[in-house]
Amino acid sequence: MTEVTAPQTQAREAGTQTLTMAKALNAGLRRAMEDDAKVVLMGEDIGKLGGVFRITDGLQRDFGEGRVIDTPLAESGIVGTAIGMALRGYRPVCEIQFDGFVFPAADQIITQLAKMRLRSLGKVELPVVVRIPCGGGIGAVEHHSESPEAYFAHTAGLRVVACANPVDAYWMIQQAIACPDPVIFFEPKRRYWDKAVVDPEVPAAPMGDARVVREGTDATLLAYGPMVKTCLEAAEADERSLEVVDLRSLSPLDTETLFASVRKTGRCVVVHEAPVFGGLGGEIAARVTESCFYHLEAPVLRVGGFATPYPASRLEDHYLPDLDRILDAVDRTCAW
Amino acid sequence: MTVDAHTARDAELVQLLTPEGERLEHPDYPLNLSDQQLRELYRDLVIVRALDLESVALTRRGELGLWPSLLGQEAAQIGSGRALGAADMVFPTYREHGVAYCRGLPWLDILKLFRGVNHAGWDPKEFGFHLYTIVIGSQTLHATGYAMGIQRDAHAIAEKGETAIGDAALAYFGDGATSQGDVNESFVWAAVYNAPLVFFCQNNQWAISEPLERQTRIPLYRRAQGFGFPGVRVDGNDVLACLAVTRRALDRARTGEGPSLIEAFTYRMGAHTTTDDPTRYRHSDELEAWKLKDPIARVKAYLSRTGLANAAFFEEVEAQVAEAVVELRAACLALPDPPPQAIFQHVYAAPHRLLEEEQAAYETYLAGFHD
Repeated sequence: MTEVTAPQTQAREAGTQTLTMAKALNAGLRRAMEDDAKVVLMGEDIGKLGGVFRITDGLQRDFGEGRVIDTPLAESGIVGTAIGMALRGYRPVCEIQFDGFVFPAADQIITQLAKMRLRSLGKVELPVVVRIPCGGGIGAVEHHSESPEAYFAHTAGLRVVACANPVDAYWMIQQAIACPDPVIFFEPKRRYWDKAVVDPEVPAAPMGDARVVREGTDATLLAYGPMVKTCLEAAEADERSLEVVDLRSLSPLDTETLFASVRKTGRCVVVHEAPVFGGLGGEIAARVTESCFYHLEAPVLRVGGFATPYPASRLEDHYLPDLDRILDAVDRTCAW
Repeated sequence: MTVDAHTARDAELVQLLTPEGERLEHPDYPLNLSDQQLRELYRDLVIVRALDLESVALTRRGELGLWPSLLGQEAAQIGSGRALGAADMVFPTYREHGVAYCRGLPWLDILKLFRGVNHAGWDPKEFGFHLYTIVIGSQTLHATGYAMGIQRDAHAIAEKGETAIGDAALAYFGDGATSQGDVNESFVWAAVYNAPLVFFCQNNQWAISEPLERQTRIPLYRRAQGFGFPGVRVDGNDVLACLAVTRRALDRARTGEGPSLIEAFTYRMGAHTTTDDPTRYRHSDELEAWKLKDPIARVKAYLSRTGLANAAFFEEVEAQVAEAVVELRAACLALPDPPPQAIFQHVYAAPHRLLEEEQAAYETYLAGFHD
């Protein structure tokens, strides 16, 4: 255990280092807890075990059971009591073990967490973060590979973000914890083991900003979370000049950055793992169409999951957008 | 079917004042109140009933969209409400107008919610009284988390070598709520963390049209045992018993003995809300039987019989009530509608792109109309 946590303890003093996204999240949580004694973590198995993905590894050992709280096994209880802790002045960070388990907590998130500030006319603030490992691609059983972001993005009062790489993971989790509003924080679980150089002195962009992660001129790929890397790979593999934008914030959207990219390239493909129908891609396509109509050379296309429950893992390669499906959409938009 | 759940057997019911106004003693719940305190409890009960009836009347006149009446539950609310300390935090449902009154929350603030001016709007910290919660049972988890925060605050204070105030949280809910997952989850949480919390269930026998036997087969207070903390059933129409039992439970919470469940056995004499018609699902003889246990009549009988209050006192209370009712009606009618911009306010603490955009667009749209 010492070997696992020692590098994170040093993260701040030792400066730049290479971290997986999992370790980057751990280091970000650690730093937030060091900076503010009111930050508490709550969730199932997050203490001694360090979470099923080890995101909270070593934190209970270093901060104690009062701040890293192993909870009973009930998601509504986790979020509901986190709301109460926040009402008492704490900054709880809830871990939902897997995306498909957030639904028992959906009532507390949607009917309580999202609305309490408005109901109190601003007298109550709920700086609660709900961390959700999301998406597929790890060969898991059912309920362990879902993309529920549209439910929460549709709920006013919440902020919804998704990190796509270790640098953003390190900074965005700290920004989410510092945010005075409730934040639903999506972590793409199949990217937990991706590595990158993290500099604890150089902050990432604000949590609400989108980022152009690859410049291009022929078409824009809009993606977030796990699909950013897939889109980058698709762009690298293609001969055309494709621009890739990481949304980072799903609610609110940084439409300025998205529109600027689409106005430049004239073509747009939105890519996400969630089912296309009723997904964020539809919202983005509509907004891009309304605002960039005269710049568009072709309709905005969407690539995503099918209108089915997430399939069994032997089928997930068909369900998840891959390079071929993304580039097929680029072919279609460029052929218009 | 067990009958225990819906009959209050004398052996298990804590009672300090009978429906006839006889004062009883209970070995576990001694209560010594001054004459003045007894008179003030009566005043509370009468004022709260009058303001509640006026709120029903305002709804009938179309001034409020809805009103959940507390008629019949005054003793449960005033008794428990007057047991609270200043630093304690209450987590109510949407019917705890009497508790709100005890906490100093202006009745008009409650009317704003039911008139549709806002969704609550008061500062919970100012009154030690959290926002009303309409989704059944949700607030019990908030109370539990808040109580866990109290524990952590106390720990931090102790580390500095100081003594914590020892405040507690009190969660209200009804008999119907005991069927909810959140209430059961809050029982689990409160028990395993030994949270400084009192669960106060006002069992008013009906969850809209669903009777108690649709929620439980055992008396509700006995459920606490299964979760690992004490439960007690109190005569919910007895203000003295409600006060004594809640005080004891709050003391337990403050001294680190953990949560308790109080089941206040009472009766909702009116409808669930003003949109409800109880004649469709319950017999009038049930109501008549409960009228004999009226929470106010027994206090008046006790005060009169013992000479603790005279006719002049009762007249003074009546005059005060009449004035309060007139004031409330005038204040309600004078409530202005909020401006359209209020829709966009207070949703987020930090600036929000989408909301700013939508507000600006709507204001431009509104400005396009000629006055």
